[in-house]
Amino acid sequence: MPAVSKGDGMRGLAVFISDIRNCKSKEAEIKRINKELANIRSKFKGDKALDGYSKKKYVCKLLFIFLLGHDIDFGHMEAVNLLSSNKYTEKQIGYLFISVLVNSNSELIRLINNAIKNDLSSRNPTFMCLALHCIANVGSREMAEAFAGEIPRILVAGDTMDSVKQSAALCLLRLYKASPDLVLMGEWTSRVVHLLNDQHMGVVTAAISLITCLSSKNPDEFKTCVSLAVSRLSRIVSSASTDLQDYTYYFVPAPWLSCKLLRLLQCYPPPEDGAVKGRLVECLETILNKAQEPPKSKKVQHSNAKNAILFEAISLIIHYDSEPNLLVRACNQLGQFLQHRETNLRYLALESMCTLASSEFSHEAVKTHIETVINALKTERDVSVRQRAADLLYAMCDRSNAKQIVAEMLSYLETADYSIREEMVLKVAILAEKYAVDYSWYVDTILNLIRIAGDYVSEEVWYRVIQIVINRDDVQGYAAKTVFEALQAPACHENMVKVGGYILGEFGNLIAGDPRSSPLVQFNLLHSKFHLCSVPTRALLLSAYIKFINLFPETKATIQEVLRSDSQIRNSDVELQQRAVEYLKLSSIASTDVLATVLEEMPPFPERESSILAKLKKKKGPGAVSVELEDGKERGELNGGGDRGGDAAIAASNASTPSPSADLLGLRSTAPVSGTTPSAGSLLVDVFSEAGPSATSAGVNDDGFLSSAPPTVASEDPAPPLPESDELLNKFVCKNNGVLFENQLLQIGIKSEYRQNLGRMYLFYGNKTSVQFVSFNTTVSCPGELQSHILQCICTHTHTLLNVQTKTVEPLVEGGAQVQQVINIECLTDFIDAPLLNIKFRYGGALQNISLKLPVTINKFFQPTEMAAADFFQRWKQLSQPQQEAQKIFKASHGMDTEVLKAKLLGLGTALLENVDPNPENYVCAGVIQTKAQQVGCLLRLEPNAQAQMYRLTLRSSKDTVSQRVCDLLAEQF
Amino acid sequence: MQFMLLFSRQGKLRLQKWYVPLSDKERKKISRDLVQTILARKPKMCSFLEWRDLKIVYKRYASLYFCCAVEDQDNELITLEIIHRYVELLDKYFGSVCELDIIFNFEKAYFILDEFLLGGEAQETSKKNVLKAIEQADLLQECTFPV
Repeated sequence: MPAVSKGDGMRGLAVFISDIRNCKSKEAEIKRINKELANIRSKFKGDKALDGYSKKKYVCKLLFIFLLGHDIDFGHMEAVNLLSSNKYTEKQIGYLFISVLVNSNSELIRLINNAIKNDLSSRNPTFMCLALHCIANVGSREMAEAFAGEIPRILVAGDTMDSVKQSAALCLLRLYKASPDLVLMGEWTSRVVHLLNDQHMGVVTAAISLITCLSSKNPDEFKTCVSLAVSRLSRIVSSASTDLQDYTYYFVPAPWLSCKLLRLLQCYPPPEDGAVKGRLVECLETILNKAQEPPKSKKVQHSNAKNAILFEAISLIIHYDSEPNLLVRACNQLGQFLQHRETNLRYLALESMCTLASSEFSHEAVKTHIETVINALKTERDVSVRQRAADLLYAMCDRSNAKQIVAEMLSYLETADYSIREEMVLKVAILAEKYAVDYSWYVDTILNLIRIAGDYVSEEVWYRVIQIVINRDDVQGYAAKTVFEALQAPACHENMVKVGGYILGEFGNLIAGDPRSSPLVQFNLLHSKFHLCSVPTRALLLSAYIKFINLFPETKATIQEVLRSDSQIRNSDVELQQRAVEYLKLSSIASTDVLATVLEEMPPFPERESSILAKLKKKKGPGAVSVELEDGKERGELNGGGDRGGDAAIAASNASTPSPSADLLGLRSTAPVSGTTPSAGSLLVDVFSEAGPSATSAGVNDDGFLSSAPPTVASEDPAPPLPESDELLNKFVCKNNGVLFENQLLQIGIKSEYRQNLGRMYLFYGNKTSVQFVSFNTTVSCPGELQSHILQCICTHTHTLLNVQTKTVEPLVEGGAQVQQVINIECLTDFIDAPLLNIKFRYGGALQNISLKLPVTINKFFQPTEMAAADFFQRWKQLSQPQQEAQKIFKASHGMDTEVLKAKLLGLGTALLENVDPNPENYVCAGVIQTKAQQVGCLLRLEPNAQAQMYRLTLRSSKDTVSQRVCDLLAEQF
Repeated sequence: MQFMLLFSRQGKLRLQKWYVPLSDKERKKISRDLVQTILARKPKMCSFLEWRDLKIVYKRYASLYFCCAVEDQDNELITLEIIHRYVELLDKYFGSVCELDIIFNFEKAYFILDEFLLGGEAQETSKKNVLKAIEQADLLQECTFPV
């Protein structure tokens, strides 16, 4: 028994509790409880009316049993009876029972509410507080309905006791949180705000929680609280430690209230009134100064209370993000804490620095602590502290330190706690992508990740590396080489096999020249892993095999044999069996052309939201990551980082220029290389001869120039094309798919296909923000003097709201959504200028007006033409008039790698002719440009000079404009 | 604050206060998970941890663990001192409080908590004022009021 048993002491209860404590086993305890429940039940049901004391005692026992974790299904009525007892102690136990065992039995709620109503109107402050506590503890909707109107009245009434006001404020807060629609402050607003001025510190302390919550939901209505809060804070901060008597806690004046005041101010921007702002800055400086003073007490409570205020002040400084001086001081202060002997302070300093890292004023200052943070990651004994250190490294990472940080995180991963590995993996993957300057580093990092923590590499991570490799032409060869090497390891993670299978299936040809990684070697390497893999990986490998058959015809027999084996074609797994059967059949009956079409290289991925980032967001909850992004120093830097419209002003001002940041998926890519191999040559075997010089006599048919002005009704004139639109256009000369344009708000992806003189282009407009675009409208037009010819564009919006012709409905693109537009193109005759694409929409009220060149160039209408050397030279000679030839000599702006050059020439749309030019270093190509008016035969010769890093490019065609244009276009590609 | 739990080193729950609506089942699951998590931590470790989407602040006093769950924007250090102030209140009321006091007088522990925190927020931080309210209530124990 405890030494002290204040109050009335219920002996029966104490005996029961002792009995329970003496139970030797769980069974004994349950037995004892059941006995007691039976006893109580019989007492409640008995004929004899129980007196108040017994009722209270039994209700209390039931409560105890419930708190032990047992179910209680009776006694509620007795508890409700106690509420209307005229003995305080019985009433109190009744309320406690109701508060703990709330039951939404409506009959009961009505009774409870009745009792509460009586107590609230009793004008006895002790009873009123009990009733208010009960409402605050239960907080149900029924109670809000009954009392939300009454409580504000109690809160602001002049004659209400302080203690009742305190309870009323927090009671109202609880009701507001549960049922905001029922709590209407309206007329009370100003009087509630003025509670900040109340003489009684306890009233201010309670009221400020309510005001903070209301302010965060309706900042405008409560904005008068800012100046009141600042002056209250100023008085506390400047008071001596004894001024506030019992509200001073271990020599710190009113720490709870100070923290809450600082928290309230974080609902608002910095005060506009200069005097108020000055006073606040003074307070913040004082708080920072005090941190440097010697402690007034050695007790941890003193330093905790003091530092609680300091951290809250730093949060406010970060929230304002406008006082460089304070930000840097805050950062220095946290820097001291990073090495503090108190684990708690180190933890909080790491946490708080994370947000400081995203302010442009303090980002650099945070970075100076990198060594300390890395050290914390390595040496802290508490996993939650190490977790914070990892978070901070992630937040302080930028281009300058990415390699160091990623390396440290990778090495930490080898020993990291299992609980945080997955998140670490995601973060490493994101940083590697975000700050990749050279993509071989990116590929290395991700493969290392798979090696070190393969089990924690989620699908999103390896999907992402594949997306990037597919969309980045310049890394494909390296990726193929690296995965090939990684797969050499005797035991490699299944995720490595997946990545390896996929990449070799797509780009194995890029390393097939080396006999050490010849097609068969590649295949055997992959197949050696096959039997150790799960079904989904095997399925992926089978697809890689069929791609091999297309890439390397010499592997066909071997692979067909594998597919034909019983273990494949009779595999008990339906998916594997089906793949084996289908692939085997496909490889045996399809012609090379069909095979090449079916198994063509994967088109670039249009979607740019990083799947990893989405995963991290999901893991951390939307709040955590979005803060980092919105406050991100280098906005929009995250590739596909789904910039939300958090900062509309900045986003809008940047809207017409693509983000200058790293762009993994293409915008600023170096020379685009397309591996697509148009193999429709055979369809057109004889076309070339028809299009020979004689065809020129067909002449230019002026009447044939068709044009159809695209449907366009726009209030504002389309903006002139972006300065970089030519560059963007050049990107697409040798490829058909990819990201055409991207800024903070919008991403435009393109997929296109051409056949003869017809083309179809799919434009994908992706809204990268979380806010809808209104009045979204796109138009395609042919530029100025070409108005009357060339291209016929028929725009079809799939988005029904986007009816540009009638414009009766406002077209909307929801946040995060993508709309597709199809453009059909017909080439009527040869042309130079590309059509213009204008996009207009409103984002957060601001009109966005972007014009781009649609990547339709004359070479898109090439049909490749295969021919023997003799034919080639004969035709070459036929095109010998000076105006039929165009020539350029230019310096190489990219590497002169053979495979890359070949890929580009094929991407141009011509056939690459082997064994034609006597000099094997040179390339010759042939193709026919298909227009409605005529066909223009075209021959090409490219002479690289590796020593001088120069090229000579010669074009001959039956039409001077075509020769010149193709020559100009192609010269930009090397 | 979303909830406060008091539990012993053996993992027995001594007091639970919930400031957000949760079903009985959820409460039991949360308590079980959290008690396990915290008991597994070593003494010198930091008093804060991330748990689901909440911040947990806890501290051990003798045989009892005091544990609060607060939201993301809440201040950890001041929560730690909320715990300490509550311990001080119990200590002052019972006179050198020990686990047994809280077991046998659990209803008092709840009453004191209600005077100090309401709806998960500090109602009255002055030790004197909280104790005054409790003592006044104790004086009323057996008085009968006219209805």
